[in-house]
Amino acid sequence: MITQYLLSRFEKTGIAFIVIIAAMAIFVPLSNLLLPTSSPLHVPTHIMSLMGKYLCYAILAISLDLVWGYCGILSLGHGAFFALGGYAMGMYLMRQIGTRGVYGNPILPDFMVFLNWKELPWFWYGFDMFPFAIAMALFAPGLVAFLFGWLTFRSRVTGVYLSIITQALTYALMLAFFRNDMGFGGNNGLTDFKDILGYSVQAQGTRATLFFLTALTLLLTYLICRWMTITSFGKVLVAVRDAESRTRFLGFRVEHYKLVAFTVSAALAGLAGALYVPQVGIINPGEFAPANSIEAVVWVAVGGRGTLVGAAVGAVLVNFAKSWFTTGALAPYWLFVLGSIFIFVTLALPKGIVGTLKEWSTRKRAAPELPKAPVAQPAE
Amino acid sequence: MSLVRLLCALIVSFVLAGQIVKPVYAADLASALTRFAADDFTETATAIDEIVATQAPQAEPILSALGNARLFVDMATKKVYWRTAAGVVHDALTGEPVATPPAPLSTVRVNNRLRRVLSNAIGALTLMAPEPERRRQVADAIFRSRDETALPVLEEALKAERIPAIARVFQQARASILLTAPASTKEQRIEAINVLRDRADMGAIAALRSLDAKSDAETKELAATAVTAIEGRLRIVGYVQNVWFGLSLGSVLLLAAIGLAITFGVMGVINMAHGEMVMLGAYTTFMVQEFLRANAPHLLEMSLTISLPLAFLVTGLIGIAIERGVIRFLYGRPLETLLATWGISLILQQSIRTAFGPTNREVSSPSYMSGAFDVLGVSVTWGRLWIIVFTMIVFFMLLMALKHTSMGLHMRAVTQNRRMASSMGIRTPWVDAMTFGLGSGLAGIAGVALSQIDNVSPNLGQSYIIDSFMVVVFGGVGNLWGTLVSAFALGIANKFLEPLAGAVLAKILILVLLILFIQKRPRGLFALKGRAVEA
Repeated sequence: MITQYLLSRFEKTGIAFIVIIAAMAIFVPLSNLLLPTSSPLHVPTHIMSLMGKYLCYAILAISLDLVWGYCGILSLGHGAFFALGGYAMGMYLMRQIGTRGVYGNPILPDFMVFLNWKELPWFWYGFDMFPFAIAMALFAPGLVAFLFGWLTFRSRVTGVYLSIITQALTYALMLAFFRNDMGFGGNNGLTDFKDILGYSVQAQGTRATLFFLTALTLLLTYLICRWMTITSFGKVLVAVRDAESRTRFLGFRVEHYKLVAFTVSAALAGLAGALYVPQVGIINPGEFAPANSIEAVVWVAVGGRGTLVGAAVGAVLVNFAKSWFTTGALAPYWLFVLGSIFIFVTLALPKGIVGTLKEWSTRKRAAPELPKAPVAQPAE
Repeated sequence: MSLVRLLCALIVSFVLAGQIVKPVYAADLASALTRFAADDFTETATAIDEIVATQAPQAEPILSALGNARLFVDMATKKVYWRTAAGVVHDALTGEPVATPPAPLSTVRVNNRLRRVLSNAIGALTLMAPEPERRRQVADAIFRSRDETALPVLEEALKAERIPAIARVFQQARASILLTAPASTKEQRIEAINVLRDRADMGAIAALRSLDAKSDAETKELAATAVTAIEGRLRIVGYVQNVWFGLSLGSVLLLAAIGLAITFGVMGVINMAHGEMVMLGAYTTFMVQEFLRANAPHLLEMSLTISLPLAFLVTGLIGIAIERGVIRFLYGRPLETLLATWGISLILQQSIRTAFGPTNREVSSPSYMSGAFDVLGVSVTWGRLWIIVFTMIVFFMLLMALKHTSMGLHMRAVTQNRRMASSMGIRTPWVDAMTFGLGSGLAGIAGVALSQIDNVSPNLGQSYIIDSFMVVVFGGVGNLWGTLVSAFALGIANKFLEPLAGAVLAKILILVLLILFIQKRPRGLFALKGRAVEA
């Protein structure tokens, strides 16, 4: 019934997106597992893993679009939430290694034995249980985002100031996680994973399942964000984006709306990170690098902010281009391309790909065009 | 510093004057050396004393060779040779290396009694070495070892010492021996404690702590108070040192942030490519030095002076190009500006990486930037001092330019009320371009200075960009004085936290504190007030 209700609320792009992702979720793993390698429709395991990685980025992009596209919060620290979720999953995977590590310690991960630690730090407790790890992948980034948002939104830090301090947040976390005595593996991060829920992370079947789950999570993320943006809650978010002061004067507690959106978005980003880590096999403090977070912003900008579908499309497109460039002889030129994308999108394509396409289609339908009224910039 | 240099020069000239009378002891040396041929321990002992008395430059190598069984006598000619650890044979009389030493050489033998004589003799020789720095080193070594056997030699040397600074080190070495020697009297110990208290460093504390446990209560009490006094003094020196390091770091931050204070503070443009402008400035310095090295090596000392205007021009022009090409289309959309300039920064970084390679480039420092001197126990490096001075010059020149030139007036007018300024006939687009050029140019000259203390690599700018933004945001946007105060405050806070928490944790703490601070004062320490804020 809810699905029926939601479907009535979807535009064409949304339905197309749902159909494509659902089809991918089913057919890619099936083709990988069932079809013979000689078949032209067979998806090799490494390609499936790569696609799984893109889908994780798409989840991150959608979560970012929720706050940037609909609420006007340009977070330059979403990579931090992604990485926190990834670390939660990484910690679970580390605990699963058990005695198979280099030092064979049943409880302590290798790097702790190496650092001559005798006991498991308290924050590693519980990570041997999968549900706890998943809960932490949602909770840890959510908590950081909640505390951070509670402080900043209440004191009305907005616009570029907010962007800069979110960047400082991820930078500080990066420095912290690089420290060996933080207890998260320092420079090397967490790697050499063996099992997830008793299945080898390297196995084809596990990888297919992970892909399926990632695609499913992407769908779920889209539905949650879509639901959040089409309800009256979403209307207020848009109002906050367009004229924050005015919304406040109308009697809405702006900071509460922002806080909810920011926290949900961070938790979703964390979930993306948790799905990402078993598929790439490593998590290290480099994921906190400010550059990663800014790159995620450009995915959203490329696809079109405020469209959700666009964010996912942008993430996949930019990362596909990145893989294509950085594996060939063109590798040194990737940063030129990425830099140009940043400039081109902001100058020539401010609505992004999906946003521009939507605009075209509505314009075609709405012809003959009405004379445009000058849009007044709302006073802040 | 120059005083110390003058002193050194004087000492060197004294020593050189001493060299003229050298031949006088050559004869004595010759007679002393013949005693080795006797192969008799008493004769050898006399020879050692006589060699010390000659004060010849080769005395020390001869005696250490003797101790290491590398001193030889040619029995046929009675000539003496020594062999260095590297295997080169020298004539003992002339001190010159000998290409082909005579074949049958017999080693000069020593026994334990002679070894003791020898070690005292070597100590005496080095304590009376012509180079003051060498004497100081030996005295310091004795100070640390507290070797009682060195005491007689030390007292001899103390009588002969003419440089007060070194005589003081001798006294301190003597005090440290006397303090711990069981044989010394109470008066000697108390005097020693006073001498050590004046030395006031970790070594003095170590010496005072090793006071003989059998000494009486009064002496112990005195030593304890001396230790407390020294520790208090060291703590203050530590604070001063921290403040100095903080000022130094603060000036670096200010230098990196000052251009940003113009573009972000005055224009409201988030320039993520700011760090790359700094990097370009550093690479300009590198290019200038390469050019000078190839074409005019005598100007290499002037390389920084030449680089400054060039770097300003290069980065300023690039800045203007960026403003005209990209940023002017994005006014009023700060978040988009942020993304576009980030893209520019990626392109600039990669261009430099393609052109110069990803590795660090060597930028040399002119001689006036190297070396250090001591002020009341605080070590001050010339490079850091010059950077602080340079930063202040840049800061005040910028302040003057904004306050007292028509360009500055236009800039301030456009900042305060763009439309009004435009109505008054100010060409606002032109002012925007110039302001952005100025901000970028300032980043360029910051790069020249930073090339002296940081690695010149394509990533140079990345390491400064977040810090610079923090400085500007903390200080309050649109306020140069705020930027100054915040840069020094952050620098000093960082250096005070570092010993407590370690460098990385200190940095994290500062970032967290800043994030918290912005909650309290979202517009920085010195926020603009009034309508301009909301515009």
